[in-house]
Amino acid sequence: MSTLEKTETLEATTIAANTQISGSQAVLEALIHEGVDTVFGYPGGAIMPIYDALYDYNDKLKHILVRHEQGGIHAAQGYARTSGRVGVAFATSGPGATNLVTGLADAMIDSNPVVCITGQVFASLLGTDAFQETDVINITTPVTKWNYQVTDATEIPSVLAKAFYIAKTGRPGPVLIDITKNAQLQLFDYEGYNKCNHVRSYRPAPIVRKEYVEEAARIINEAKKPFVLFGQGIILGKAEEEFKRFIEKSGFPAAATVMGLSALPTDHPLHVGMLGMHGNYAPNVMTNECDVLIAIGMRFDDRVTGRLDKYAKQAKIVHLDIDPAEIDKNVKAAVPVWGDCKETLPMLTALLDKIDHTAWLQQFRELEKEEIKEVINEELNPTTDIMTMGEVIRELNELTGGDAVIVTDVGQHQMVACRYAKYNQSKSSVTSGGLGTMGFGLPAAIGAWYGTPDRDVIAIIGDGGIQMTIQELGTIMQFGAKVKILILNNEFLGMVRQWQQLFHDKRYSFVNITSPDFVAVAKGYYIDGNKVTERKDLKSALKTMLEHDGSYLLEVMVGKENNVFPMVAQGTSVSEIRLK
Amino acid sequence: MEKQEYTITVYTENTIGMIGRITGIFSRRKINIESLNTSPSEVDGIHRFTILISESEEVVRKLCRQIEKQVEVLKAYFNTNDELIWQEQALYKVPADVIAEKAYVERLLRQYGANVVVIRNDYIVFETAGHREEIDRLTAELGKYKLIEFVRGARIAIIKDSAGFHAKLKQFEEEEPAPDIVENEFLDQRDDVFTM
Repeated sequence: MSTLEKTETLEATTIAANTQISGSQAVLEALIHEGVDTVFGYPGGAIMPIYDALYDYNDKLKHILVRHEQGGIHAAQGYARTSGRVGVAFATSGPGATNLVTGLADAMIDSNPVVCITGQVFASLLGTDAFQETDVINITTPVTKWNYQVTDATEIPSVLAKAFYIAKTGRPGPVLIDITKNAQLQLFDYEGYNKCNHVRSYRPAPIVRKEYVEEAARIINEAKKPFVLFGQGIILGKAEEEFKRFIEKSGFPAAATVMGLSALPTDHPLHVGMLGMHGNYAPNVMTNECDVLIAIGMRFDDRVTGRLDKYAKQAKIVHLDIDPAEIDKNVKAAVPVWGDCKETLPMLTALLDKIDHTAWLQQFRELEKEEIKEVINEELNPTTDIMTMGEVIRELNELTGGDAVIVTDVGQHQMVACRYAKYNQSKSSVTSGGLGTMGFGLPAAIGAWYGTPDRDVIAIIGDGGIQMTIQELGTIMQFGAKVKILILNNEFLGMVRQWQQLFHDKRYSFVNITSPDFVAVAKGYYIDGNKVTERKDLKSALKTMLEHDGSYLLEVMVGKENNVFPMVAQGTSVSEIRLK
Repeated sequence: MEKQEYTITVYTENTIGMIGRITGIFSRRKINIESLNTSPSEVDGIHRFTILISESEEVVRKLCRQIEKQVEVLKAYFNTNDELIWQEQALYKVPADVIAEKAYVERLLRQYGANVVVIRNDYIVFETAGHREEIDRLTAELGKYKLIEFVRGARIAIIKDSAGFHAKLKQFEEEEPAPDIVENEFLDQRDDVFTM
């Protein structure tokens, strides 16, 4: 449905002002006015009035009944990531609300715009240890951009307007609104819904300072060896085109953070790979070779920087970010370019001299050749009978052409998928970057599909992570999300095993995880599936999975003790990255 | 970097839960708050936090950015002691017989500018206000006798060169961000790597 049609139908389907409605109806009216079409949730005692009202909104709001509230919020995150819109999750009080906490923390650190609505006990019972009462506001304070408890229905329209505004503007983040049951039931004179566009104590973005942009341009123009790092800020700022024009003008080599993946197509000639602990060889080594480091919409996470006191000490750092608290937090910037990169990048591009950096770019390509020789060749085209995770991703790339949305869980398969998956367009990579939440993959993939139902959504998950939220197969079964689940099974908690091998004398402590018959489990949920143990069956099995109309689970048995390389070991410098 | 006393002044909306949001920023980083005062400010409806910590300037600057990131915080300032007029208040409960018998205790209190708040036949309550060291000295002196109860209030401080928050608030109420909310100068000292 186009935006235009939506606006037209909005008038006819929403409740007119000056009508008596309940707090619950006001919640749903707010969602419709905010353009929400899908809600992920789970009912319970304290949110029952909202669910009762939802009964009459069935034709306007799609509600996906998840199997666990954590699944609900991860789905809302996945939805936000592929659609670029606000994801919405409902949960009841007490355990319902506390089950959201992992997802809130994940959304907070990865800047996902999410609005959670939780039910709460009657206001008169607050603080009495009532049944299913928990102090959700205090519990969620450190993991929300904003939270608020509503005890009076008249507040609902304005509070929800503020919630959506805060969640999606500036550096996005999760917002939780806790609504007591009396407020949900209370009837009040509805004055209509007004969207929020200003909160006096809140600055979505700092004002752009022209002198900083000019100073940044001067430093970049003087650079002999400029190197661009890009993060999710490009995607969140919808600045993919502006970014491309910026790097193309003078041919700057550019590397992605995990969260920045797909902001620039992987086969773009200036894309030199991924940064970080399991990123590519060239961008890590060259971080300590460049003379100017241009960081755009990224936050210098420790998995990106490695040892800080040996990180890019030779370089002048130009840092573009919308969040002033990120500038100088971990890495000192020579010039802080505060602001929305959608605004600052074109300003900067206009001031750039056209300088040829081909020879410098070539140095990246030389290092890349080394990585191909030492790591990538064997990972993508193994010479033994044991299948690698990398070759599964390579086959997948060949079949999808890079058009699919790749959702991952956390661990070895995640790093392999992020390293090798091909992305043609933005918003194609959904992964838990900052929090590293195992169990994220399956529910996030469900939400990712609702966010973009016309695209192929492939959830790549390990045998450990799938078992953390496997119950969401029930959600797929009931609502028919077309998610392709690809389990890369190495019969280990692989990443922990890799660390135990490398740093704990191979003392494999509780990483040996057994799995159920995943295909049989899927079958129990009426989801088709298959298992591949030999290379000869891989391609056709992947093809069957992709061509299958509907959800599908494919389990691929891969090498038990394969490691992900290259690797920047903890406590070492990015330039000390090891190839084996 | 040298640690020293910094007083952080935060202007916020007067909403429930702000103390939690703000103190969480410190406790998460294992930074001890030495004193915390919340009060109304010069602007109606705007709350003022005064927080005393001992940290390096760089840590304090970063803390202030994290504080300002909170949706309901309007502005956070940090100042060293010489940029402030500041005071702390203290109450002392001393046995009446000690005062009666030992006249020099009374002299001592006069010397420190303490005022009598309550006189009873069993105890007397004195009050004084001043800098921490003055209060500490008096506390130490009185500790030699029978100090029944002692309490010191949180630091409150006025920023010497501040023009107050009225004008600033007007800027916040306008929809366009004010140009001076960015207060960072070019940072070209690249030698120290900071970890918070």
